[in-house]
Amino acid sequence: MLIFTLFFAVNSPDNMARIQLGMKHVTPEAVLKWKREHGYDKPLFYHGAAQGAGKLNDTVFFNKSVPMFAFQFGAADDGRDIGHDIKNRMWPSLALAVPVFLVGLLVNITFALILAFFRATYVDFAGVVLCVAMMSISGLFYIIGGQFLVSKLLHLVPISGYQGGWDAFKFLVLPVAIGVIGGIGSGTRWYRTIFLEEMGRDYVRTARAKGLAERVVLFRHVLRNALIPILTGAVVVIPTLFMGSLISESFFGIPGLGSYTIDAIRSQDFAIVHAMVFLGSVLYILGLLMTDVAYTLVDPRIRLS
Amino acid sequence: MPIKLAFLWTDILIYCLLLVVGLYIWRARSKAHLAAPWRKVARRPMAMASAVVLFAFLAIGLLDSIHFREALPNQKPGAATEYSLEVISPLDRILKPLRTQTEKTYSAPLAIQLYAMESMEQPDGRTLRGHPRLKHGGAHLGQDSEHRHNDVLRLVAQGTLIALLIWCALLIAIGQRVTWRALLHGETELPWRTILFTVSVLLWIACVLWLLAPKYHVLGTDKVGQDVLYLSLKSIRTGLVIGTLTTLIMLPFALWLGVMAGYFKGWVDDVIQYVYTTLNAIPDVLLIAAAVLMMQVYMDINKDAFASITERADFRLLFLCLILGITSWTGLCRLLRGETLKLTEVDYVQAAQAFGVSHWKIMSRHILPNVMHIVLITVTLQFSSLVLAEAVLAYVGVGVDPTMHSWGNMINSARLELAREPIVWWPLAAAFVFMFALVLAANLFADAVRDAFDPRSE
Repeated sequence: MLIFTLFFAVNSPDNMARIQLGMKHVTPEAVLKWKREHGYDKPLFYHGAAQGAGKLNDTVFFNKSVPMFAFQFGAADDGRDIGHDIKNRMWPSLALAVPVFLVGLLVNITFALILAFFRATYVDFAGVVLCVAMMSISGLFYIIGGQFLVSKLLHLVPISGYQGGWDAFKFLVLPVAIGVIGGIGSGTRWYRTIFLEEMGRDYVRTARAKGLAERVVLFRHVLRNALIPILTGAVVVIPTLFMGSLISESFFGIPGLGSYTIDAIRSQDFAIVHAMVFLGSVLYILGLLMTDVAYTLVDPRIRLS
Repeated sequence: MPIKLAFLWTDILIYCLLLVVGLYIWRARSKAHLAAPWRKVARRPMAMASAVVLFAFLAIGLLDSIHFREALPNQKPGAATEYSLEVISPLDRILKPLRTQTEKTYSAPLAIQLYAMESMEQPDGRTLRGHPRLKHGGAHLGQDSEHRHNDVLRLVAQGTLIALLIWCALLIAIGQRVTWRALLHGETELPWRTILFTVSVLLWIACVLWLLAPKYHVLGTDKVGQDVLYLSLKSIRTGLVIGTLTTLIMLPFALWLGVMAGYFKGWVDDVIQYVYTTLNAIPDVLLIAAAVLMMQVYMDINKDAFASITERADFRLLFLCLILGITSWTGLCRLLRGETLKLTEVDYVQAAQAFGVSHWKIMSRHILPNVMHIVLITVTLQFSSLVLAEAVLAYVGVGVDPTMHSWGNMINSARLELAREPIVWWPLAAAFVFMFALVLAANLFADAVRDAFDPRSE
C-alpha cells in the first residue's frame, strides 16, 4: 500500500500510459484507451460517482491491490499473467539461492570456527584482515571477474544462460560459487564475533577448568551455544530466498524472480514491481514469524507468551 | 570577475557536514571522556594508515566540491561578463590536461597508439591498416615510438626523486618531536612509523602521476576517448557524497524517532515500530527503484527547473542520497530504541524524572549523549556499504545520473568490454581498484572506531 501511494504520488497513470506507448506522438485518445484497457481509468482512492460500496471498490487502488491479498496478481501491463510467471520463475531462483545459502552458511561457520580456534594469533589476525579485504571488494567484481576467469579464459562452464532439469547444474555452479565467495568476508567475521562472545562465557571457563581439550570445548560447548544466534539469524532470510538475487540472476541470465524484477524496473512495468514488492513484504513478515518460532525451538529458555 | 561561483545543493550540504564535524572535534578536544576513545583510535597503526588514505580521498573530494563557471575568453569590453555554461571545480582546473586531452576511442594504459586497428591514409595515397597514433598520449615524443619505454622510466624516476625529497622533509619535521630510535622500532605514542610508510606510498603515487599524467594516459582511455584516470578521480566525490550525505539525511530521523520510541514507550513506540517494520519489509532495491523512477518522471516534466546538466545531475544525486537515507535509517533506529529502553531505567534518568525535568531536556541532555557511541559506530560502518551500493544501483539503472562521473557508471558502461576481442580491461580495473582502496580504508577505520567506542570490547 505504501509503495502504491508512493508510485502514484508523482507517476500519474497518464504518464505511465505515455511511457508504455512510446514517449512521443501520443494522442490523448490512445492514452485513454490504454488506461481503460489496463484498468487505470478509475479514480485513485475514492470514486464519487459510483453507488454505495462501489465508491471504494471501483478505484484503481481497490482493483489493483486488494486481490493481491489472495495472491492473485492479475496481468502485467504488457498482458502476461504475473501469477503464472512467478510460478515458472520461482524454481530457477530457488535453485540458485538455496545452494548459495546452505553452502555459504557451512563455509562461513567453518572458517569462523578456524579463526576462533586460532584466536589472538597471527592466523586470526591475517584471517580478519583478509575478511575485511574481501568485504571491501564490490560484489560486481566477483561476478565479472568470475565470469571472465572461469568461463572466458578457462572455458569450464557457460558464461550465462539456463536450462531446466539436470542440465541446470553446469549453469549454476559458477553463480553459486561466486555467491558463496562474495559472502565469505562479512559472514565469517560476523560468526567469529559470535563465537568469541560465547567463549567469554562462564560455562566455557568451567569446561576448561574441568580439563577438557580446547577442541572439545570449541566443538561441543561453544559451537552448540553459538548456533542459537546463528540459526535464528539465518532463518529470517529463508523466505526471501524465493525472491532470488537481483544482481547475479541478471548477470548470469537465469530466468528467476530477481531478473524478472529488474526487467520490470527497466521497462517501468508497474504491475510486476507492485506484485514483487507485495510478495517481498509478505515473505519478510513470514521470516520474522519463523524467527520467533525458531527461537522457542532452539533455545529452551524462551517461551512464546 | 574571472569566475562565478555556482552553488550546488550537495556542495552546501557537504560544508554543513564539515561544520558539524568541526564542531564535534572542537567539543571532543575539551571533554576528556570524548577524547579518550579517539586517542585509542589514534594509537592503532592500522587505523592511522587507513585514516591517511581516507584523508587523501577526502582532499580530492573537497577540491571537487567547489563549483564555478569560468568567464569566456573573448569578452566585449563594457558588456556584462559572460560565463561558460560548463560548471567546473578546482580539481578540473588542476587536471585540465586530463580533461581536455581526449582521444578518439580506446587506448591502453601508457599507450601512444589507439587500441583498435583502423585504415589509415598514407602520405603517398595508399591505405594501410594499423594502430593510428594518439593525438595527445606521448605527443612530445614526436613520430618515433622507440623512446617511449625510456621516457616513462625517466619520468617515474624523476617522480620518485621528488617524492623522496618531500618525504625526507616530512621525516625531519617529525624527527623534531620524537627520537629516531623510537621511530624506527615503532615505539612512539602515535604510530608514526606506519603513518610515514603510508604517506610515502601515497606521495610516490601522486608524484609519479603528476609527471606522467599530462604526457600519457596513465590508465588508458575509454570508449569515447576520455582519460580513465580523470574519470576515476572525479568519481571520488560521488562516492564520498553518497557515503556521507546519506548518513547526514537519515541521522535526524533515526536519532529522534529511536530515542522517542524508547523513551515514551506506549503508543509512540508502537507507531514508530510499525513505521520501520513496514519500511524494512519492502525490499530495498525495489523501493529505491520505484522512487528513482518517480523522480525521473518529475524531472522530465520540469525540465526548466535546472540551469545546467551538472545541476540536474546534482539534484538526482541528492535525491538518491535521500532515498538511500530513508531505506537505511531503520537499523540505527532499532538499535537506538533498544539502548534507550535500557537507559530509561538507569538511576540518573529516573532522578531527572523525579526532579521534574522536561522530557525534551532528559532526552537531549541525558539520553542522547549516552547513545552517541552507537551512532558513531553505525555511521562509520555504513559508509563503506553505501559506496558499494552505489555501484549495484548503477547496474540496475537507478543510480546517479548517467552524465555524472561515478564508479558505478564506469563499471556499468565497461562491463561488456570484457567480452570484446581483444579485451579492454582498464576502465573496469581502475574503477574497482579506486573503489576497493576507499572501501577498505573505510572498513579498517570503522573497525578501529568500533573497538574504541564499544563499551563491550575490552
